[in-house]
Amino acid sequence: MSALTARLAPLRARSNAYFAQHRSLGVLVAVITIGVALPLISRIPPFGDLQSMNAWVNAFTIAGIYALLAVGLNVVIGFAGLLDLGYAAFFALGGYTYAIVASPFFDIHLPFWPMLIVGALIGAMFGIFLGAPTLRLRGDYLAIVTLGFGEIVPIVLLNADPFTGGTNGLGGVDKPVIPGILEFTLINPWPFYVLMMVMIALVMTVVFRLQDSRIGRAWDAVREDELAAESSGVNTVISKLQAFAVGAAIAGFVGVFNAAKLTIVAPDQFKFVVSISAVAAVVLGGMGNPVGVAVGAFVIYLVQSIFLKQLNTLVDNFNIPVLQEIDFLEFQYVLYGIVLVLMMLKRPQGIFPAKRRIRIFKDTVGGAK
Amino acid sequence: MSAAKGAPDLVLKATAITRRFGGLVAVNKVDFEIPRGMIAAIIGPNGAGKTTFFNVVAGIYAPTEGHIEINGKRLISPPTGASREPALLLVPLIPFIGLALYFLLVVGGLAGFYEGVLSVVLALLGFVSVLLLTIVRPLWYVRFIKRFGITRPARPNDMVEAGLARTFQNIRLYKSMTVLENILVGAHVHLRSGFLGTIFQTKRTRDEEASVERESRELLAFVGLAGTENEIATSLPYGKQRLLEIARALAGKPQLLLLDEPAAGMNPKETAEMTALIRRIRDEKNITILLIEHDMRVVMGISDRITVLDHGEKIAEGQPAEIRSNPKVIEAYLGRGAASGH
Repeated sequence: MSALTARLAPLRARSNAYFAQHRSLGVLVAVITIGVALPLISRIPPFGDLQSMNAWVNAFTIAGIYALLAVGLNVVIGFAGLLDLGYAAFFALGGYTYAIVASPFFDIHLPFWPMLIVGALIGAMFGIFLGAPTLRLRGDYLAIVTLGFGEIVPIVLLNADPFTGGTNGLGGVDKPVIPGILEFTLINPWPFYVLMMVMIALVMTVVFRLQDSRIGRAWDAVREDELAAESSGVNTVISKLQAFAVGAAIAGFVGVFNAAKLTIVAPDQFKFVVSISAVAAVVLGGMGNPVGVAVGAFVIYLVQSIFLKQLNTLVDNFNIPVLQEIDFLEFQYVLYGIVLVLMMLKRPQGIFPAKRRIRIFKDTVGGAK
Repeated sequence: MSAAKGAPDLVLKATAITRRFGGLVAVNKVDFEIPRGMIAAIIGPNGAGKTTFFNVVAGIYAPTEGHIEINGKRLISPPTGASREPALLLVPLIPFIGLALYFLLVVGGLAGFYEGVLSVVLALLGFVSVLLLTIVRPLWYVRFIKRFGITRPARPNDMVEAGLARTFQNIRLYKSMTVLENILVGAHVHLRSGFLGTIFQTKRTRDEEASVERESRELLAFVGLAGTENEIATSLPYGKQRLLEIARALAGKPQLLLLDEPAAGMNPKETAEMTALIRRIRDEKNITILLIEHDMRVVMGISDRITVLDHGEKIAEGQPAEIRSNPKVIEAYLGRGAASGH
């Protein structure tokens, strides 16, 4: 066994070096591998017994939504160091943007694909609008203002009945269609699953590229020391707005997908708990590490949607009246609380802490020093 | 160049800079200029206002009075007419609110409802856009509001763009970033790649990244930190962190470098190396240098000119030999008795 790992070591080193240079390709390979591997989990005994394969695939798709939300929030919190507790608002705005122009409510039916981009742009716009007045705030104060924004948006959506359908929200949202080839349906979870994997690959590539660029370095600098960043020539105002915009654009992008997948948007889908679950995922996964936070979100969602549900059926078997009355699905807040407290106490940097990228000078052959 | 007209080629010209903090006058009517290519030093007892003066020059504090020119361009003067700026926010609201009123009141009832709501939304968008403008404050906007008598001092990042870079008294590196990344941030103002270029990794972006990385490695070699590229900045020993901070400032390709106590906390060997480096920066890179320093061996050794501040006022200026024998300076440092020789 150890002889095998020893023989594989140089191969692994070479592939690591290769993917460090070609990260987009690395993202693609990783997403395809994971995308194929995940559904196979439902063939493995303990998992396969829990629910059908289609239900698993559906769960992975929704987990993917949370993963992308965490990746987007990570740009704001992990890269630029701005604590944003109202992130669900941008998710809602993306969803409502699509639902308004693709549902029987106004009887407008715009196609899904361009609306993904429009949703992202609307998200970015509102990200900047929220960012602008909060630029002078830091830490706790910023968190409170963003928290307020996160509450305002669903309430506005709730009360602007003529445009948003009020409490009932907008139903019958169009599902994506690839004309002549494929229609997405509620029964078949696979098209949504594949689309989600494509979206993850896209967003991850964009986030990695931004992280390694002039823009990403400016975010890092602002997070580490704002005064020093200004004195190094970074326009901190623009840099922070960019972080808000990118984070919100990702949320808007995913929001469009979410609306098309659920075929309904309603104000209570975008409550504070969505924001806090994204924050919990970022803290659990490791602030500043896009892959880490995506895994964190995946784990949190699967634990809450499958483990807590199983706990319910398990407890039902015991015939203890008090326990039977408890709905463990309501315990997701407890779960987030436990995750946040445990992580802060035991591993504040997260499960997969962010690593700095090692830069190998390309002019020297094999030039790692 | 203005030198052709016989006037000295000034990199920095500060005129009657005053900075008050409440009742305390930290800097009091200081005039200061540096010709190109000089190594100038500011000394003074603790609390003399040296660092405050530095911060005003670097754009961190706005001066209460006076103004600052870099390469003959006036960049910093006290903010005026700031109370008039909010009025600008209302301008884009007027047409849309008018429209909204027209639709809601004149057209009336449900007929004009959607149009009314739309114009209110447009008014809000206009409001937020102008608000954004006042916050982001791009250069064309600053020039525009000057016509209305509103002046805004340049911010630190504007000063870097104008050719000024600085280091800090207590080292302020980006702690969790690598040595190389610290320097790459310093080069930020000279990079142009934006969102689209980054996302699609255009050839321009890739070329820019490659060339800035090469320049950064050259800078590291220049200050003597070659080989530490991928170490975390704070894992370097103290003396090397100072060097890294200087390299980061140099990455901004400044014409004027402000060094705030570059030799603080260094042993004699490191101090000698630092002195040599400062001289090399001036000689090889043609960068004018202004430094604050307490270590008199450094100051006397490398300065072409020394300015002495005490209680926020300039009490002396001249070559090292003159300053050493200036009774006012000795008095400021050692008290009245020492100056009179008793």
